[in-house]
Amino acid sequence: MNWQAIRAIYVFEMSRFFRTLLQSFVSPVISTSLYFVVFGAAIGSRIDQVEGVSYGAFIVPGLIMLSVMTQAISNASFGIYFPKFIGTIYELLSAPINFLEIVLGYVGAAATKALFIGIVILGTSALFVDLTIQHPVAMLLFLVLTCLSFSLFGFIIGIWAGNFEQLQLIPLLVVTPLVFLGGSFYSISMLPPIWQTISFFNPVVYLVSGFRWSFFGLADVPIALSLLAIAGFTMLCLGIIWWIFKTGWRIRQ
Amino acid sequence: MPMVQISNVHKAFADGFEALKGASLDIHEGEILALLGPNGAGKTTLISTICGITQPTSGAITVGGHDVVTEYRGARSLVGLVPQEINLEPFERVINTVRFSRGLFGKPKDDALLERILRQLSLWDKKDNRIMELSGGMKRRVLIAKALAHEPRVLFLDEPTAGVDVELRRDMWDIVAGLKEAGVTIILTTHYIEEAEAIADRIAVINKGEILLVEEKTALMTRLGQKELRIELHDPVTELPAPLADRGLRIEEDGQVLVYTYDTTQDRTGIATLIREVSEAGLVLRDLQTRQNSLEDIFVGLVSKQEDAA
Ligand SMILES: Nc1ncnc2c1ncn2[C@@H]1O[C@H](COP(=O)(O)OP(=O)(O)OP(=O)(O)O)[C@@H](O)[C@H]1O
Ligand SMILES: [Mg+2]
Repeated sequence: MNWQAIRAIYVFEMSRFFRTLLQSFVSPVISTSLYFVVFGAAIGSRIDQVEGVSYGAFIVPGLIMLSVMTQAISNASFGIYFPKFIGTIYELLSAPINFLEIVLGYVGAAATKALFIGIVILGTSALFVDLTIQHPVAMLLFLVLTCLSFSLFGFIIGIWAGNFEQLQLIPLLVVTPLVFLGGSFYSISMLPPIWQTISFFNPVVYLVSGFRWSFFGLADVPIALSLLAIAGFTMLCLGIIWWIFKTGWRIRQ
Repeated sequence: MPMVQISNVHKAFADGFEALKGASLDIHEGEILALLGPNGAGKTTLISTICGITQPTSGAITVGGHDVVTEYRGARSLVGLVPQEINLEPFERVINTVRFSRGLFGKPKDDALLERILRQLSLWDKKDNRIMELSGGMKRRVLIAKALAHEPRVLFLDEPTAGVDVELRRDMWDIVAGLKEAGVTIILTTHYIEEAEAIADRIAVINKGEILLVEEKTALMTRLGQKELRIELHDPVTELPAPLADRGLRIEEDGQVLVYTYDTTQDRTGIATLIREVSEAGLVLRDLQTRQNSLEDIFVGLVSKQEDAA
């Protein structure tokens, strides 16, 4: 393992993050606060409680997931797309490193940023609502796994994308709808039966459900299934990345 | 064993274009090899294939005995590349990009070395500047600093002096000379033939994806080198007098100058006879000049010969 290389990539990527630290910190605080004003105050005044949890607290896990997923994807996809775009990728390709090291560096940095934002949102939420976390270890595990797997997914998008529009396309057309329809702001059991069935094809449901379980002990699907889903998603992304580097698809001509 | 061994390498791009057509070349440890060729000859493609940026379609390349595809770690850790295009992250600071390069190649932090490199390239006072705040020539120096940061044993310079002022060009050749002294193998491409003539040990000529020739610079210059003798006359002539007619002389400058081309490697160059004959023909000499053929003439000759053959 070329640990120096992993570290070099990680540090380089994180320095981009630290350059815009204030922005990285302020924007999730503001957007979370807005969600609480809109969802918490407007809807929460009509929906008092969901399965015994106040609506304000109920949406916290979904809110965190929403930001963490989109941040992980955009950080990781941009992180690898940018060198491709400006040509600095020549250095990665000519360095004595393998795919795993490149991935660990880029994905590690993207996941760290997403994790940071997740924690900022958690902290901001605690200012608005009473939060209890029943299974803190599981909560952290879910959070970290989500950061990692969606960063892997973002990495794939970054390699696939041929221009900036494509870079935005998947997050906009696929991920955001899946997250919004994935029970982030409601319980699946609140839906009509047909939509409940459809929802179970949405992978995000399993993540949000598992994550919410770690807070309140409430889940739409069994917790083991949630863990399986996220492990499966991670493996799938890793497999695709392995194939990408093996064939040089979209990077090495 | 050669430091870099390129054996019958073909490279076809996705669009089917074959940029390398069976290129073979051995590069010896510690030498400076100049790779010459017109635009689109395949110089960058060859370098990219050695460095791992593109994969050869067929054929084999080793660096320091390591195959560049199967033993890429061993091969690539020996190689530094200064690319032809200026590829740098505009928002990064100089020192950070150079540190990044060193780390990427698995080398432990060594800020003293980086300082030495940056000073040598006159970049030390710009080390905290962002790349976008540098001039074009400075950016090229950053590319060189990045390549040197990981202490390569083989250095590829892909047109390092394109768009570079005289002073930097001189600095650059000083650095190259220093690296050669340290035993680094250097391969450079250039369109300035006088540059190759000045610093290379060997010259390779590539065109249309084929290596046309590899030779010691001095041997090449004498083997293909021809000299011209220019005879300036006191009175211009319109045609050659009879005894000189079949000596292959050219009349230039409105009959003021006779040009005689001869091979310096031959025992008898025929100069003495020629001069006697010129006097015997009643022509009065005013001045004599000789001129050695430059590499450029040789190079243009080679490439146009291939063009004619095609
Ligand atoms: N990615 C690519 N896809 C298709 N063709 C390519 C690609 N890269 C280079 N070529 C073609 O391969 C040939 C060789 O290109 P290369 O860049 O190696 O030339 P070069 O000798 O470096 O020229 P120059 O002196 O202009 O830098 C050219 O005809 C070029 O158009
Ligand atoms: Mg080139």
